[in-house]
Amino acid sequence: MPGILEILLTPGLNELVLIPGLPLLAFLVIAAFMLRRSEGAAPLVLITALAGSLVLSIRALSFAGRQRAFTTAFTWLSSGHVTLEVGVLIDGLSSVMLVVVCLVSLLIQVYSIGYMRGEIGYGRYFAYMSLFSGSMLGLVISDNIVQTYIFWELVGICSYLLIGFWYRRPAAAAAAKKAFVVTRFGDLGFLTAVLILSFQRHGRLGWHSMFGFVPLEHFVNAGMLSSGVVTAVALLIFSGAVGKSAQFPLHIWLPDAMEGPTPVSALIHAATMVAAGVYLVARTYFFFAAAPVALFVVALIGVMTAFLAASMGVAENDIKRVLAYSTISQLGLMMLALGVGGYAAGAFHLTTHAFFKALLFLTAGSVIHAAHTNDIWQMGGLGRRMPITAITCLIGAFALAGVFPFSGFWSKDEILSAVWFSHIPGHMIIFMVALTGVALTAFYMFRLWFLTFTGAPRTEHAAGAHESPPVMTLPLLILAALSAGSGWLKAHVPWTTGGMAEIVRFGDTQERASTLVVGLALAAAVAGIALAWAAYRAHLIAPAAFHARFPWIYRLLKNAWYLNRGWEIFATRVVIAGSSVAAWFDRHVVNGMVDGVAWLSGWTGRRLRTMQTGQAQFYALILILGLIAGLVVLFSRDQSLFHLVAHRP
Amino acid sequence: MSVTPLPPIHGYLVVSTLLFAIGLVGVFARRNAIAVLLGIELMLNAASLNFVAFWRYRGGGQMEGQVFVVAIITVAAAEAAIALAIILNVYRRFKTVNVDQINLLKG
Repeated sequence: MPGILEILLTPGLNELVLIPGLPLLAFLVIAAFMLRRSEGAAPLVLITALAGSLVLSIRALSFAGRQRAFTTAFTWLSSGHVTLEVGVLIDGLSSVMLVVVCLVSLLIQVYSIGYMRGEIGYGRYFAYMSLFSGSMLGLVISDNIVQTYIFWELVGICSYLLIGFWYRRPAAAAAAKKAFVVTRFGDLGFLTAVLILSFQRHGRLGWHSMFGFVPLEHFVNAGMLSSGVVTAVALLIFSGAVGKSAQFPLHIWLPDAMEGPTPVSALIHAATMVAAGVYLVARTYFFFAAAPVALFVVALIGVMTAFLAASMGVAENDIKRVLAYSTISQLGLMMLALGVGGYAAGAFHLTTHAFFKALLFLTAGSVIHAAHTNDIWQMGGLGRRMPITAITCLIGAFALAGVFPFSGFWSKDEILSAVWFSHIPGHMIIFMVALTGVALTAFYMFRLWFLTFTGAPRTEHAAGAHESPPVMTLPLLILAALSAGSGWLKAHVPWTTGGMAEIVRFGDTQERASTLVVGLALAAAVAGIALAWAAYRAHLIAPAAFHARFPWIYRLLKNAWYLNRGWEIFATRVVIAGSSVAAWFDRHVVNGMVDGVAWLSGWTGRRLRTMQTGQAQFYALILILGLIAGLVVLFSRDQSLFHLVAHRP
Repeated sequence: MSVTPLPPIHGYLVVSTLLFAIGLVGVFARRNAIAVLLGIELMLNAASLNFVAFWRYRGGGQMEGQVFVVAIITVAAAEAAIALAIILNVYRRFKTVNVDQINLLKG
């Protein structure tokens, strides 16, 4: 019997629906009243809505910190055996993610007030941002896989709209299209997984409960789905995550997505939406836990992505694209964590990464705003002119590199420990590759920082740069504090009673730590930073000499391992060839059948129309003949009718 | 009043059947709309003959059979008037009363 206090403290469905509901409401308000304005109240509407969502999310978190999980749903539509529900699922994972999304989105919207001031499409920007925030929160809070898929596609379309925000620029329009098409490859897998689940029949249990995460977990744990189905569903869900989280080989859309406004890159393509793939894998982790093959694939793709993307970041000169590669790489690390069973480690890194990557992007935006270029070789010496941006960016860089005691250190260390202690085949090789990735990350991040903020200005714009307005630097300072301090979440998550590993957990995974792992991780980070310092600050090593000695390595990295070229060939040759077969089939077989039906009807009609002579006599004749024929049939079948006629009483 | 024995009913029925068949053939085979109308009248008269014959051979008495015949004659007269009016209008419209050439319903 629950006490009255507990009932009062239990968040109800109505209240939880408001978490995604408020930003969606803001979207409607902005779209209806403020779309055409170039300034005004649009950001305030959204910020108010997000503040409300944040308060409700914190309430949900404090509830989830005490209870195990809370789920409630109502029937949306029901057709035959299929019942679709709309509901919410609040547990450690979703409530932590809700708070992160609300908080980061709120800060980025504040920053956007300054960054987007005077832009054409100011209202449109905040309308899209509202739609995105609401969709993302809806994705996180969803209690079933169909609802997740709907919001998954909604955030996808928002991503498309915002990458192509400056749609008059051909590069932006192309990048938006590329992002949409590439993620579609993955989404197709996700959709297939949903369809496979919808065809799993379970006798008296019916279909209706087969979409909810909680009942699905029970089914999987009870062994009611065959292991083949579980593995297939896990891999297909993962393919969706690969697209959304920009994992190898579908990572190619993310660097191009940097064509969008920088706050968009920070919110969608660094902190939240791209983390949705990781979140999805964590949400459906029971499938992966029951399918070791799928887990191994996740780990393998994760570590490959982490390493490849880090190496690509080394040779990139566009400040935002460096950060994009870094995002891909860090998402790879999160996938790796999930793949080796480090459930809490993955979620922890997701949280810290959201803070420090949003911070890094916003500082990059501040720099671009001041220096009017994306190329780090055209900056330099900005540290003295933009002290707040420089310091906050340094904090973000330390957090990303994983330097003690910044947040990235704690979460990255947990991932590396999870790899170190895991039992998957080749875990030592994976560990070494991941460690190399960590060193490369530290190197390119500090290469970026040294080239941007130290030395002498290399262009006039850089020399004339000045600090951004307070509306932009305030979010930077808050995010910097979060980036520096969110390692504390390891010990204690605010509003709850435990650390990250107790709040976000799957089964009884135990966390182990090793001084050796900590030492190696720190050494790798420091080595990367030292190398960057030697090459780009102290000029002890000449990068040009390295380029001259190993031109092929430089070319390979500069061209991002030629993966774009590979995809281009794949798209123009293989896909077009396959499509032309499909097109032929469609044109001749599918269309042929449709045309055939029409032709058959027409032919029959043309034959039958000759019956319509237009002569009343002919019709009357047919009438009489029909009557006679009917009477003959009637009388021959029922002899008693003769008696009825012959012997009337 | 001497009672003459009735001839068998078959005679009347044969005549009525012939009348009906002739009328039917007229309706279906004649091209002239007035001839078609005549065919219909013949068929009506065949029916009238049947009514009277059966009435008589069932013993007379009540007058239903004869009443029906009177009704049929009245209806036939009205019908003929309407049909002739229609035929007259058809002639004005098509300049013919040949039913073969009146085929607006042809598909």
